[in-house]
Amino acid sequence: MPDGSYAHPQQRQFNPYTENGGTILAIAGADFTVIAGDTRQSEGYSIQTRYAPKVFRLTDRAVLAVNGFAADGNMFVKKVKQRLEWYRHAHAKDMPLRAIARLIQTMLYAQRFFPYYVYNILGGIEEDGSGAVYSFDPVGSYEREACRAAGAAQSLVQPFLDNQIYFKNQQLPPGQTRPLHLSLSDVLSIVIDSFTSATERHIEVGDGLEIYVVLAKGRGPQGLEAVRGAQELTTNAEGDRVFIVRRELKKD
Amino acid sequence: MNSVYSGPGFDFANTARNSFLESRGLPLPKATSTGTTIVGCLFKDGIVLGADTRATTGPIVADKNCEKIHFIADNIRCCGAGTAADTEFSTALIASNIEMHALSTGRKPRVVTAMTMLKQMLFRYQGNIGAALVLGGVDADGPHLFTIHPHGSTDKLPYVTMGSGSLAAMAVFESGWKQNMTREEALDLVTAAVSAGIFNDLGSGSNVDACVITASHTEMLRNFVKPNERVQKERSYKFARGTTAWKKEDIRDLIITEDITVIREGEAMDIS
Amino acid sequence: MSIMEYNGGSVIAMVGKNCVAIASDLRLGVQSLGIASNFQKIFPVTDRIFVGLPGLATDVTTLHEQFRYRVNMYTIKEEREIEPETFAALVSSTLYERRFGPYFIEPVIAGMQRTPSGSYKPFIAATDLIGCLNFAKDFVVAGTASDKLFGVAEGLWEEDLGPEDLFETISQTMLNAVDRDTNSGWGVVVHLLTKDKVITRTLKGRMD
Repeated sequence: MPDGSYAHPQQRQFNPYTENGGTILAIAGADFTVIAGDTRQSEGYSIQTRYAPKVFRLTDRAVLAVNGFAADGNMFVKKVKQRLEWYRHAHAKDMPLRAIARLIQTMLYAQRFFPYYVYNILGGIEEDGSGAVYSFDPVGSYEREACRAAGAAQSLVQPFLDNQIYFKNQQLPPGQTRPLHLSLSDVLSIVIDSFTSATERHIEVGDGLEIYVVLAKGRGPQGLEAVRGAQELTTNAEGDRVFIVRRELKKD
Repeated sequence: MNSVYSGPGFDFANTARNSFLESRGLPLPKATSTGTTIVGCLFKDGIVLGADTRATTGPIVADKNCEKIHFIADNIRCCGAGTAADTEFSTALIASNIEMHALSTGRKPRVVTAMTMLKQMLFRYQGNIGAALVLGGVDADGPHLFTIHPHGSTDKLPYVTMGSGSLAAMAVFESGWKQNMTREEALDLVTAAVSAGIFNDLGSGSNVDACVITASHTEMLRNFVKPNERVQKERSYKFARGTTAWKKEDIRDLIITEDITVIREGEAMDIS
Repeated sequence: MSIMEYNGGSVIAMVGKNCVAIASDLRLGVQSLGIASNFQKIFPVTDRIFVGLPGLATDVTTLHEQFRYRVNMYTIKEEREIEPETFAALVSSTLYERRFGPYFIEPVIAGMQRTPSGSYKPFIAATDLIGCLNFAKDFVVAGTASDKLFGVAEGLWEEDLGPEDLFETISQTMLNAVDRDTNSGWGVVVHLLTKDKVITRTLKGRMD
C-alpha cells in the first residue's frame, strides 16, 4: 500500500541449496581401490565449468569423492582435510581409513538439521591392506561396500556395476568358478565405460574424467603400467600409493 | 460416438478421468521435449536452417539423433523446438494442408501461407500446443524466414534462433552475421551457431542438421557435422552363451511346412 | 509419484544382426504393493511385430484392444498384414489423438520389416505418451526402470549381435535394471524375432 503497510501477508523464501549434476563412483579390489568422478559442474541447462574436481586425495591411502551441491562439497572436503591435518599433528601419522569414515559420519550428522547437501564416497586402503569403499548419505549413514555409484547418473551406472562387478544375474557353466577379485585393468575398463555410457544418456555428465587409483603398500603397479598418462601423487613412497588418471569425456 | 467412427481433431474422452487422477495427487507425467537449438539465417540466394539432434525427457537423453528439420513443402522447411510430439504433428498437418492448398490453387506454396496456417492453429490452441518453430523457405516473393511462438506470435527477421540453446546460438549470429553472405559463409555460420548450442546448452547435443533452400533447389544436409561420436569402448561386454538362466521356452516356426502322407495308393487314372 | 508409476513395469527392445528382441517384466502392482507376477505387457500384433505397453495397467488393456481393432481394420481394408513402420505410425497417431487427455502408456515396438527384395530387416521404435516417435538404431526403453535400462543397455549393447548373443544381452540388461527398480521385476519375459522364428523365454531372476 502507498503508506508502506501490506494488504496481504507476504512470504519470501531463500533456497540455500542447488544441484550441480555430475556423477562419482568407487570400486574396491583385493589390494587396490579406484575412485572416479566426472569434472562437469552444471546448474539447470548451463555448464558452470568443464573442470571442477569432485574427487580429492585426503592422504596416501584415502580418496574422497563428493557429489551434489558443489559449494557444500568443497566446504566439506576442506573441513575434512583440516581435521585430518589436526590428527597428523596430534598423532604423527595419517588417520586410518575406517577412522576417516567414522569422522565423516560425525561431521555429517553434526549438521543433521541443516545438512551438507552432498553424497560422499570414500575409497582407499584399510590398515589390513585391503581395498575399501565407504558410501554415505547426506546426514552420515554409511556402509562399507565393494562398489558404489552416486550422483546424477547413479541410476544409470549402479545396475551396470551390479552386473559387471558383482556378476549379478550371471550364471556360470557347471564346475567353473569366478576369480574372487577383479584385476585392476578390468576395473579401470569398467569405470571408463561406465562414464562414457552415462555421458551418452545423461545431460549433466561429461567434459572430463578423473580416476584415482590407490594401491596397497608393497603392491606392484601391475594393471597400471599399460594405462596412458597415469601420474603418481604419493607423498611417502614407503606406504600405500595414490595415482591419478585423466580422460576426456564428450562435451555436448 | 464409439471407436467405430472417430471424427477429426483431438479426443478429450480421457480428460475427466485424468484430471480426477491429478486431483488425487498424481501429477501428469512429462512428454519428450526437444530441449533444442534451432536456427535460421538469410543469405544471398536463400535460407539456411540448422538444428541439433538431441531429444530429452528431463535430464535423460531419449533420442541421440532425431530429426528436427521438418518437411513442409519442396521449397519450405520448418525447425521445431518444444514438445516433440507437437512439433512433429503440427508441421505434418500444415505440410498436408499446404499440399492441398497448392493442388487447389495450382501455384507453388508461399512461406507466408505456411506461417499463417501455423500461427492461426497455435493461437487457436492458446499455447497448449507447445511448438516453437523456425520456418524458412523461398517462394515467388523471394526468401523468407520466420519464428513462430507457441501462442501464435510471429517474427520476420534475417537471422533467428529458438529453443533452450537460442541464446548461445544468437550470440554467434550477433557477432558473425552480415548481409549478402555466400552459401558457404551462411552454412558455416549456421553450423557455428548450432554448435554453440550443442556444446554450451545441456538441452542440446549430438549432431548438426542443416538445410539450404534456394529458389531452384532444396538441399537437406542430414548429420552435416558429427562432432560427438561415441569413442570405442574399453572392452566388449558380450556374454558367454548360457549366462542367463531361463525357466521356459517356446519356439514358434514361421515357415509353414506341409508333409503329405499317402494313406492308400489309389487306382491309376484311365488315360487310354 | 506420477500416474505412469502407479502400476509399475518396464519394456526394452534391441536390434541385433538380422534379429530383434523385446523384453518386459511381469509385475503388476499398486504403488509398492505387488499384485501379480504374470502381467504380460508385450503383445503380438502380427507374426513379426510385438508391441510392449508399459504404464497405467487399465490403459495397457484398453490400448491393446484399440490396437487390435485398428490393426484388424487395416488388414481387412488393405488385404495384407501391417508392416512394423506402418504400425508405429498407427500407434503414434492413436496416442496423439488424445494429446489433451492421454493414455498413460509409452509403447515400444519391435518387429521384422519386409524389404522390397523380400527379406526382413530388424525394426524398433518407441513413443512417449502422446505419440512422439523415436526410431533408434540400437535400443529403445520405457517404463519405471527406463533410466536404469538406458544405463545398462548403453554399457552392454554392441552392434551386430546374433540372435543367441542378443538374447543374453537383452536379458542381462533387463534383469539387472529391474533389480534396482522398486516398481518393476517379479519375472522377465523375452521375445526374440528372427526372419523365420519367434523364440519366447521366461527368465529366472530375483522375485523380490
